[in-house]
Amino acid sequence: MAKVLMKGNEAIGAAAIEAGCKYFFGYPITPQSELPEYMAREMPKINGVFLQAESEIAAINMVYGAAGAGARVMTSSSSPGISLKQEGISYIAGAELPCLIVNIMRGGPGLGSIQPSQTDYFQATRGGGNGDYRLVVLAPANVQELVDLIIEGFDIADQYRNPVMILGDGMIGQMMEPVEFKKPKKRELPEKDWATTGTKGKRKPNIINSLYLAAEELEEHNKRLQEKYKAIKENEVKVESYNIEDADIVVAAYGTTSRIAKTAISQLEKEGYKVGLIRPISLWPFPYEEFNKISDKCKGVLTIEMNTGQMVDDVKIAVNGRFPVYFYGRTGGMVPTPNEIAEKVKESMEVKSNGCSI
Amino acid sequence: MAVVFEKTRGLTDVQTHYCPGCTHGIVHRLVAESLEELGVLDDTIGVAPVGCSVLAYKYFNCDMHEAAHGRAPAVATGIKRVHPDKFVFTYQGDGDLASIGTAEIVHAAHRGEKISTIFINNAIYGMTGGQMAPTTLVGQKATTAPYGRDEAHAGRPIRMAEMLATIHGAKFVERVAVNTPANVRKAKKAIKRCFETQINGEGFGIVEVLSTCPTNWGYTPEEALKWLEENMIPYYPLGNFRTPEEVE
Repeated sequence: MAKVLMKGNEAIGAAAIEAGCKYFFGYPITPQSELPEYMAREMPKINGVFLQAESEIAAINMVYGAAGAGARVMTSSSSPGISLKQEGISYIAGAELPCLIVNIMRGGPGLGSIQPSQTDYFQATRGGGNGDYRLVVLAPANVQELVDLIIEGFDIADQYRNPVMILGDGMIGQMMEPVEFKKPKKRELPEKDWATTGTKGKRKPNIINSLYLAAEELEEHNKRLQEKYKAIKENEVKVESYNIEDADIVVAAYGTTSRIAKTAISQLEKEGYKVGLIRPISLWPFPYEEFNKISDKCKGVLTIEMNTGQMVDDVKIAVNGRFPVYFYGRTGGMVPTPNEIAEKVKESMEVKSNGCSI
Repeated sequence: MAVVFEKTRGLTDVQTHYCPGCTHGIVHRLVAESLEELGVLDDTIGVAPVGCSVLAYKYFNCDMHEAAHGRAPAVATGIKRVHPDKFVFTYQGDGDLASIGTAEIVHAAHRGEKISTIFINNAIYGMTGGQMAPTTLVGQKATTAPYGRDEAHAGRPIRMAEMLATIHGAKFVERVAVNTPANVRKAKKAIKRCFETQINGEGFGIVEVLSTCPTNWGYTPEEALKWLEENMIPYYPLGNFRTPEEVE
């Protein structure tokens, strides 16, 4: 299939339809409104359903109902709207239903801004809603990867009966790049024999539920969830890295920030610096083990984010005290430039090893 | 020997957790009988709320989905849009539907969502232990209104049936009570007509059922039935507010 030029937000919609998603429930919010608009145009053409809900809360609960009814279903929003969806996300995770949730992040806290940011890393990877649950969180760095992760994300959700979140920033939603729609790797997807489809008098009723009033039962349920999360950690880590075996310093960055970091790294290589990169693609499960491959002679790991330091906590867990961990971030919709990052790399290399790591 | 009475197939054999004298059991039975008699039980997906009827998913003998507090109409919307040929109902209390879930019920009605809602109005939060509901009567005591509901402070109780009847997409709206055998029969009739509104593809339907909560009202079951009649019915008049024929 030939490549087509698409805006990130529209490419999400096209990829979802390609993946067989026929149900989209959403609510307008900048900077992702092109996606519901695209779905409003395209879903009727495939006999699918686009429904503009009365709120983000209603939208995620429609997703909860549709997912329980056995459909491939998705919703999308941006940071403040994703906050409103947390209740529903927790129920969906608790009831173990598959669905895809897209967060095109903007600056916060509160109403924040409509400019790109990465300030929802904690919310996405630590839960956000109540209870011990995890989302699979995938962070694309370009529109092609966005498309690939959307398509594979639906399969991951179905395989593990778990919600999957695509975490992008405002830039990736707005940028236009050539994309092609490829089949994902083949997975064995279980039958949805648990879905609410009406018994037809042929089976016992199916019940979609996250309530376990008996403490023993709820503990058992949580243990089962943890076993599932363990399997996801073993099977679904996605990471890109280069030059980490002989780097003097390693940069850790994800999403579009990683692309700016790559530009900075090429610049630094020309100046004779040996700089490696670790780009987590799955933010949960986080590629902790990739950091073990960094050579002992490395002087430190610099984390770059469009926030005040969130993924850096995972980087510290991964580095486990082997090297100093440094952080550089811009917020409020400010995007770091390659020059800024290059300067920070140089600064970090000059710091005495037990000096001012954060 | 001739069978003169059988429990409806619409209910499971699970013993309910409802308090003695609570009318949830009556309404469960009316709903279940209606589903069976209309021939839709095996094609039904019910949505349970948060509140006293949170465990309704164990009692109805059909596919069930347990929703978050107030969100049942949104969950039901998702289900119905995936399975437009199935029968989808929500069963919600007054805290669930008339307080935290007002946006969801109003907009489900507004969209003319082809679902049916059974709304239990017992003028109190039962499950959490007798707190004030939006439907608690003026002067009625609750644990969070220990001096009685004060209109100047908390406003008057909300009349959901009247409010929803102003919405075009709500094609069947009726308020019933289950305090006497005659009213129980009328309630059954209303529930069936409400369900038929969905089956005929006419739109959204709701039956508000005035119910008792002897435990949290602090009355015996018999006193509670009397209290309902003397206090609730005058403020919440029984009757039909909307039928599909009237809407057209």
